Amino acid sequence: MKRRVVVTGLGCVTPIGIGKKSFWEALTTGVSGIDFITKFDTADYPTKIAAEVKDFQPENYIDKKEARKMDKFTQFAVAASQLAIQDAGIDIEEIESEKFGVILGSGIGGIETFEEQNQRLLDKGVRRISPFFIPMMITNIGAGQVSMYFDAKGPNSTIVTACASSTNAVGEAYRIIERGDADIMITGGTEASITPLAIAGFCSMKAMSTYNEDPKKASRPFDLNRDGFVMGEGAGMLILEELEHALNRGATIYGEVVGYGMSADAYHITAPDPEGKGAARAMENALKDAGISYEEIDYINAHGTSTPYNDKFETMAIKKVFKEHAKDIAISSTKSMTGHLLGAAGGVEGMICALTIYNDLVPPTINYETPDEECDLDYVPNQAREKVVNYALSNSFGFGGHNATIIFKKYSA
Amino acid sequence: MVFEKIVKIVGEQLGVDDLTTIKKETSLMNDLEADSLDAVEIIMAIEDEFGVEIPDDEAENFKNIGNIVTFVEKNL
Repeated sequence: MKRRVVVTGLGCVTPIGIGKKSFWEALTTGVSGIDFITKFDTADYPTKIAAEVKDFQPENYIDKKEARKMDKFTQFAVAASQLAIQDAGIDIEEIESEKFGVILGSGIGGIETFEEQNQRLLDKGVRRISPFFIPMMITNIGAGQVSMYFDAKGPNSTIVTACASSTNAVGEAYRIIERGDADIMITGGTEASITPLAIAGFCSMKAMSTYNEDPKKASRPFDLNRDGFVMGEGAGMLILEELEHALNRGATIYGEVVGYGMSADAYHITAPDPEGKGAARAMENALKDAGISYEEIDYINAHGTSTPYNDKFETMAIKKVFKEHAKDIAISSTKSMTGHLLGAAGGVEGMICALTIYNDLVPPTINYETPDEECDLDYVPNQAREKVVNYALSNSFGFGGHNATIIFKKYSA
Repeated sequence: MVFEKIVKIVGEQLGVDDLTTIKKETSLMNDLEADSLDAVEIIMAIEDEFGVEIPDDEAENFKNIGNIVTFVEKNL
């Protein structure tokens, strides 16, 4: 028999709050974390806005000397992991470290470090490249550093599937516990790519919103006037734990992970399948894994990037999977508030699903003003809503045509 | 002067708050827990500061801060 896997801890560093409590408060009161980019001069950029993390002090979580040798994406990962472990009430001295693992997702890794060192190569030459360049930049170092910080000697890996990365990470961590390779996993994702080069790249793709005149209204998923995504940054981590292990230590259980599915569009490097077939297959695979009917889903945390294509095709995919029940599902895109955290999105949004189930409170899609006839479902516009949520589903789709879906269930013995 | 500047560089790279604890006899690896990558970065920063080149085979023979100071003073 498969082992059951529950969520027992949550931690995050996001543009709308650091730590579960302030994050959830902001999310359910409709706070936008988007503003003008402060990290570099955007004069030449068509997009001048992003959701930057404010008030993050790495030294609150990491030794000063160590923090200097970490790219920001790793600092976010260590901080969010520490918050999640604290939230779970885990004493790392007490648990079996060989059965304690880490699977993180990150789409891009240490691109800020990459850009700095490349500049140094051009300005000062080969002999001035830092010996820490490679170990700071590689995308897997987040999971490596987290293992060192928390003595997690069990399964450890990193998944890179662009904006689907951390939903895949949560799914794989769930499988690892289910099959018995670990009892506790830190999982989720991290990203820190509000940098001159990364923003320029996404601008060239015409993927980003240019709604510069009113930053807080720029991310408007499913609204007729949406014009692209807004880049966010941060990390979201979940502690997944085998059910008996959690019960034995009297842990708070936010919910249970019951289904994971994925698929590939096999269609285009960046554009989604125009009939939403890949996204639909990921959701169907997750439902099948959970062994439930589509009619049981109460809430969907949509990928909902606020690009014209994504929101239209995701809506199409949801209707394909959920048929007449689609109209009864509360659907929200929390990217309207957090921006799009790319490879960290699935970690943050998995955390949101767990909190939604635990609190029976659905966060809204803010900036929903003008309905689009191609997006005709219930997007929980502008106001959080009390609703009993027994099953929540989270979607993440990435460039390359990667689709990942995870399903959470309200815990009952 | 050379000593003070090197102490400052070492302190900054290794996050040493009290610079008076760094003396000529102090060993980067044994006393300050620098690893091999820290050592490379410190040598690089010293080369930058003083405009000297410290060959790898010289750097490998440094036993303490004093050795680095002597090398830099000789090659200024």
